[in-house]
Amino acid sequence: MSQSALSKRPAALVVWWVIAAAELIEAYLVPSPGATLDVLTSKAGYLWQHTWVTTYETLLGFAIAVVVGVLAAVVMVYSSTVERTLYPILLFAQVVPKIAIAPLFVVWLGFGIAPKILIAVLIAFFPVVISMVTGLKAVDPEMLQLSATMGAKPWQTFVKIRFPASLPHLFSGLKVAVTLAVTGAVVGEFVGANEGLGYVILQANGNLDTPMLFAGLLVMSLIGVVLFVVVEIAEKLLLPWHASRRDTSATTTF
Amino acid sequence: MTMPKQQTTPRVPAVAGAGPAAGVRLTDVAVRFRSKKRDVTALSDVSLDVAPGEFVAIVGPSGCGKSTLLKLVAGLLTASSGDVLLGGERVTGPRHDIGYVFQRAALLEWRSALRNILLQAEIRRMEPAVARARADELIRMTGLGGFEDAYPHELSGGMQQRVALCRALLHEPPVLLMDEPFGALDALTREQMNTELNRIWRTTGTTVLLVTHSISEAVYLADRVVVMSPRPGTVTEIIEVGLPAERDYSETLGRPEFRAAAAHIRDLLGAVSAHD
Repeated sequence: MSQSALSKRPAALVVWWVIAAAELIEAYLVPSPGATLDVLTSKAGYLWQHTWVTTYETLLGFAIAVVVGVLAAVVMVYSSTVERTLYPILLFAQVVPKIAIAPLFVVWLGFGIAPKILIAVLIAFFPVVISMVTGLKAVDPEMLQLSATMGAKPWQTFVKIRFPASLPHLFSGLKVAVTLAVTGAVVGEFVGANEGLGYVILQANGNLDTPMLFAGLLVMSLIGVVLFVVVEIAEKLLLPWHASRRDTSATTTF
Repeated sequence: MTMPKQQTTPRVPAVAGAGPAAGVRLTDVAVRFRSKKRDVTALSDVSLDVAPGEFVAIVGPSGCGKSTLLKLVAGLLTASSGDVLLGGERVTGPRHDIGYVFQRAALLEWRSALRNILLQAEIRRMEPAVARARADELIRMTGLGGFEDAYPHELSGGMQQRVALCRALLHEPPVLLMDEPFGALDALTREQMNTELNRIWRTTGTTVLLVTHSISEAVYLADRVVVMSPRPGTVTEIIEVGLPAERDYSETLGRPEFRAAAAHIRDLLGAVSAHD
């Protein structure tokens, strides 16, 4: 994020505080930052318990999406038949509004953790596949010709050349996927749950408990930001060669 | 900087694709590419006989099929007609008894210079100690010493191309194929690389096929220069350079044999494009 965006954050907080303090809007519609902070500290145990549930669903959904997405991408790149068969299905799964089919998953899978994870997987899966396919196809053709002259077996070419070469692309997909996975888990909680931040927000909404609603929203956003940063750190640690190049080409995302 | 033409390491045992210099023979080779719109004949009636240990340079205008010719020898492309032999064997698929250098170094950016060179050894399953010793020798020979742990993005174009050359020579290939290896380098680096390549060729004794746009590079380095005509590529003439194997750069460029060969090739290429 750029310098100017960083300096706008306290400004937004001030605007929020002024609106609440001057009672421009009724307190039950927009709570003051103080009231929200109050809920965050006094109900910390309650919030933490539900935050953990949402985080758990998000991480599990994200992990499944990464494994399945990477495998699907590899199979698609190595077999054009599979690619032709799988691509329309993937695209369909992507364009179907996940929020609209979420209630169906609750009917099928019950009120447990399963439908939340399924929705998180469905939402996070697409960017993983697309970025991995792009990465695997972006490999230098001369590099592949070279490995042919070295007598490389297909798995050697994959392990030593294609897979590592695809990682920078994969990571840009992972950054999108991890934030989407949070949305997926919360959508799952909205349509039928008795725990998780989605449930907390629905409850608070029903009780017109706006400070709690705002607290839930804040924590939820924080999960997304933290996971995004974790993926970025993982990228820097795993692909130091890529990060050092990127720093000079000024496409930093955070 | 004089080095006798000799083997400096004991022959690497049991490495696929290693061995003494091999000959290359192309007989009436033609290559046609078929696309939806039209058929393109990249090469037609190309015959060329390269002796083991010989250095042959190939020059010609862009699109005359010079690179295609190298890919045929490597087995990365199949001829539409005619025969390609490498070391007396017909080339039917990718050959492993060659080293290949492209215009771009094509290095793996997540590997250090040394580990890029050793990729060749890993894939061929060479004995690690033997491969390492050979890599160290090549690194010394190409002046890469001290840059073993540098990553490709930390190296200059010339250094990157040296790494690619070391990688191509690691398994002591009987034939080295080079496709405009110094085309992207500045003139000064290019001269340096030419001098080094001449020395490396004399040291390793390998057969070299070099595709280049530079007439002086071709004449300075090669025993014979193949001049090709534009599409469909054919061999216009093969010129014997007639210079000694060991060549000092500036001394060679002043020699009458060099000037005569270079002028002749320039005429041939000029005549070809004028005719075109």
